Amino acid sequence: MTATSGNPPTASYQASQHGASQHGASQHGASQHGPPLPSLLRTSVARGRLEITSFFRDRESVIFTFSLPVILLVVFGEVFHGTIGSTGVAFRQYFTAGIIASGIMSATFVNVGASVAMDRADGTLTRLAGTPMPPAAYFAGKGIAALAVAAAEAGLLLAIGTAAFGLRLPGTAGGWLTLGWVFVLGTAACAVLGLALSSAPRSPRGSSAVFNLPYLVLSFISGVYVVFRDLPPVLQQVAALFPLKWLCQGLRSVFLPAAAAAAEPARGWELGKVALVLGAWFVAGLVLCMTTFRWLDRE
Amino acid sequence: MAVRVRGLRKIYRPARYRQVSALNNLDLDIGAGEIVALLGPNGAGKTTAVQILTGHRRRDAGEVTVLGADPAGAGRAWRARIGIVPQQASDFAELTVLEVIRHLARYYPARREAGDLIDAVGLAGQAGTRLRRLSGGQRRRVDLALGLLGQPELLVLDEPTTGLDPAGRRQFWDLIRQLAAGGTTILLCTHYLDEAEALASRVAVLAAGTIVAAGPPAALAGRDAAAATVCWHEHGAAQSERTSTPARLVAALAARVAGPDGEIPGLTVTRPSLEDTYLRLIGATPNGPVTPEETS
Repeated sequence: MTATSGNPPTASYQASQHGASQHGASQHGASQHGPPLPSLLRTSVARGRLEITSFFRDRESVIFTFSLPVILLVVFGEVFHGTIGSTGVAFRQYFTAGIIASGIMSATFVNVGASVAMDRADGTLTRLAGTPMPPAAYFAGKGIAALAVAAAEAGLLLAIGTAAFGLRLPGTAGGWLTLGWVFVLGTAACAVLGLALSSAPRSPRGSSAVFNLPYLVLSFISGVYVVFRDLPPVLQQVAALFPLKWLCQGLRSVFLPAAAAAAEPARGWELGKVALVLGAWFVAGLVLCMTTFRWLDRE
Repeated sequence: MAVRVRGLRKIYRPARYRQVSALNNLDLDIGAGEIVALLGPNGAGKTTAVQILTGHRRRDAGEVTVLGADPAGAGRAWRARIGIVPQQASDFAELTVLEVIRHLARYYPARREAGDLIDAVGLAGQAGTRLRRLSGGQRRRVDLALGLLGQPELLVLDEPTTGLDPAGRRQFWDLIRQLAAGGTTILLCTHYLDEAEALASRVAVLAAGTIVAAGPPAALAGRDAAAATVCWHEHGAAQSERTSTPARLVAALAARVAGPDGEIPGLTVTRPSLEDTYLRLIGATPNGPVTPEETS
């Protein structure tokens, strides 16, 4: 083993104590004039890469995250037939857009929340708190990983949807642009909500309930499995407070024919409102994170 | 002085009208390049003290200076000069030893080369192994390597050898001695008294939130001057006597019972062990036995 300073390991205790003060002094100088601390950008990118690698190596969470929406898409896609109201648009298309939104929420809200709860339990947060990592890099890394996993999920569902269930990719640059911002905003909003809720479960075992319950309830009332306009008005109003309903609606505006807009509660896509609600949830989640996030256990 | 603590207090409020003093008027000095062991039963306040020293908990009163700065307001540059080996962790399970070391190295301005570090902690054969598949001892070596990444001036070790086999502990001790010889200041929290005795130049015993004794392990709480027990064989039976003047007794015995070779059969002179002294110290604290509420 090479010692941290130039002193040979055989140095006597007295000699090493003498060396210690020199070592301390030189290190102190180095911290002021030596190599600078790594930037937030560099550490965030490193965190993002690490999170993505860790996620894709954890076979169980990969299989669960990706297979559940795929199975739901295939099973319900085969079961559901018919058209939405008088629009002439196949319900399968409506449902496929909804499953993509739901898959994005599962890949972000549930995954990010459960992974932070796990980081708290297995010592990751304690370890990171002891390093000079900028704290923001941890959250940025979770965000980068959420975007990557959500993109993979959405891509997979999109491929199956277009191949088997009549989903049409956007034909215009404007359509792709809408897809882009709805995806990024929806992913960001759901990911920070997962982060904000990550302090709630007392153990990683409890985390599946904390994150899956709101996710499943929102999936049923946000227009994934049932046409939103057909839900009882109370449920519609509750769902409209949360991001998933708006993520579904934003994706439908991209993937469904214009005629389907007539089946929306407002007879239109309301893209401005989609941006507003998703953006508001992102900001609210961020504030909640900054005020409630704990690196170490409660005192 | 790498660490200077004066009158440190920390109060927890487990319920609205209750206060529990976790640390009470704690003083501690650690010189640069010194190995100091912090001993104490569970709940004595070791973890709280270390968390305050490393800037992870706020204190209620007292002065704390670590590497020339107050931990409460110190930034990333200060943190880069401290290495922390936390208690048993199971993080980074799906990454390999080399990946984890390369990743965490990115946080530090001055870092050690990954390959050298892996060799130094004796993991050259496991560089490509995922942490999940390492043995408990190998896992602790990774934790040590991560603590050493930034070439720290101060290394804080929290129960570093828990789960290691005896040979593994000895190797770990050698590593720590080499670090100290190289000038690294080391704060060691441990339950193993033999470990404290083997490594530390000074030990401090923490009980019910305050330091009840501090000094070189061989002289802790006057154990080097405490009454000794002298044992020998005489008249075909084991004899023993407690005395505060063992040399005088041994001289008398040499004159009385020594054989033709000049030796006293079965002679031993023992003073209270570090463990005896430690147990006496933590049992005789002014606040009485430590209650679970006082756990941090």
